[in-house]
Amino acid sequence: MSTFKPRDWGSHAPYIAPGYKSTLLRGPTQAPLAIKSGLTEGTGPRFAPASVRELDFDLTKNGVVNGEPLGERIVVHGRVMDTDGRPQPNTLVEIWQANAAGRYVHKVDQHDAPLDPNFRGSGRCFTDDQGNYKFYTIKPGAYPWGNHFNAWRPNHIHISLFGPGFATRLVTQMYFPGDPLLDLDPIFLGTEDAQARERLIAKFSIDKTEEGFALGYQFDIVLRGRNGTPMEN
Amino acid sequence: MAYGETPSQTVGPYFAYGLTAGQYAYDFTDIADPTIAGPDAAGEHIRIIGTVFDGDGNPVNDAMIEIWQADADGNYNENPIDVSETGFRGLGRCGTGTDAKLRFWFDTVKPGVVKDAEAPFVNVTVFMRGMLVHAFTRFYFDDEAERNAKDPVLQSVPADRRDTLIAKRVDTPTGIEYRIDIHMQGDAETVFFDV
Repeated sequence: MSTFKPRDWGSHAPYIAPGYKSTLLRGPTQAPLAIKSGLTEGTGPRFAPASVRELDFDLTKNGVVNGEPLGERIVVHGRVMDTDGRPQPNTLVEIWQANAAGRYVHKVDQHDAPLDPNFRGSGRCFTDDQGNYKFYTIKPGAYPWGNHFNAWRPNHIHISLFGPGFATRLVTQMYFPGDPLLDLDPIFLGTEDAQARERLIAKFSIDKTEEGFALGYQFDIVLRGRNGTPMEN
Repeated sequence: MAYGETPSQTVGPYFAYGLTAGQYAYDFTDIADPTIAGPDAAGEHIRIIGTVFDGDGNPVNDAMIEIWQADADGNYNENPIDVSETGFRGLGRCGTGTDAKLRFWFDTVKPGVVKDAEAPFVNVTVFMRGMLVHAFTRFYFDDEAERNAKDPVLQSVPADRRDTLIAKRVDTPTGIEYRIDIHMQGDAETVFFDV
């Protein structure tokens, strides 16, 4: 076990990002207190491969009731690594998203767009020993939200990862290249650094595209790196 | 540093059918739930329970709280999570949208003291719509005053904010509860850590 480098706050949004109105009452106002990383932060939950079932990585199949889900089939490939480029093997990746019409299965979602009886929109997968993951899904649609007049979320997939330690926990969103809504979205723009924001956008890949079946995207995910000196365990 | 970190983004309001499906009764499995320790786990069985409040003092109904904690002997369980042997998994996850009072709760055992601390505590991660970056905090226990007074992390917190991290023990007819609320803002704003 080793400790992790401090979180690079320049790569992340501030807790209060005024364009995203919900942050105003929900983001902490006081700076987080730095504590020395130790045993606690360097450990984290591990998941047995059995906790991912056969169809969990295929959202085009794991919600099927009586037919194929509607929409554009895609396959997302990615590599989970740390800031030193070290692959992060056996990391659990959880996924959830709207359907092709921009509607979530969640009971609270009231957007007037149809549910798809054959698409739930949640799944999970593991990274392999090289840190690579892959899942199949339907490209999610854009949808309106109440942040401001005529506010629309760009197409996105929610992704949650644990990484090797408690400190490396990350929940993020994967966006699609060329989406005109990105430049208008206060959640995407909450990350102030433009270069960092680019890391939230998947790359279209003709090499990963499956002939006659699904468009391919590449979305690599970078977690905090480790400190050089391993901690005594 | 060869690569930049992937920015964090909010979990948004619709995480439940992906991350907490069992608790919210969606047709999907989950990898963690509010039970951190089953009935067979060794140690003193407790429930940790509380409410998340926003800056207006309103309870938050779409937060997700995770706890990562040591077992009753002070050891983190880093083996692949399998509760069948010890009944202890170390990880818990609870959304605030299913309890009638919008509380989070965790059924667990009181942790032992880990090697590099002086007092027992659980690690807490807070996610919600309106947070672009999750926040880390800890819950300590109010019946551990002597050990709390020696804990380096707790003592590094300004004295007038330390109480925000200390859960209060209440013995109820159904068992031991430790009660603690998370205040995102205001006079009682919870202390969050940069870990």
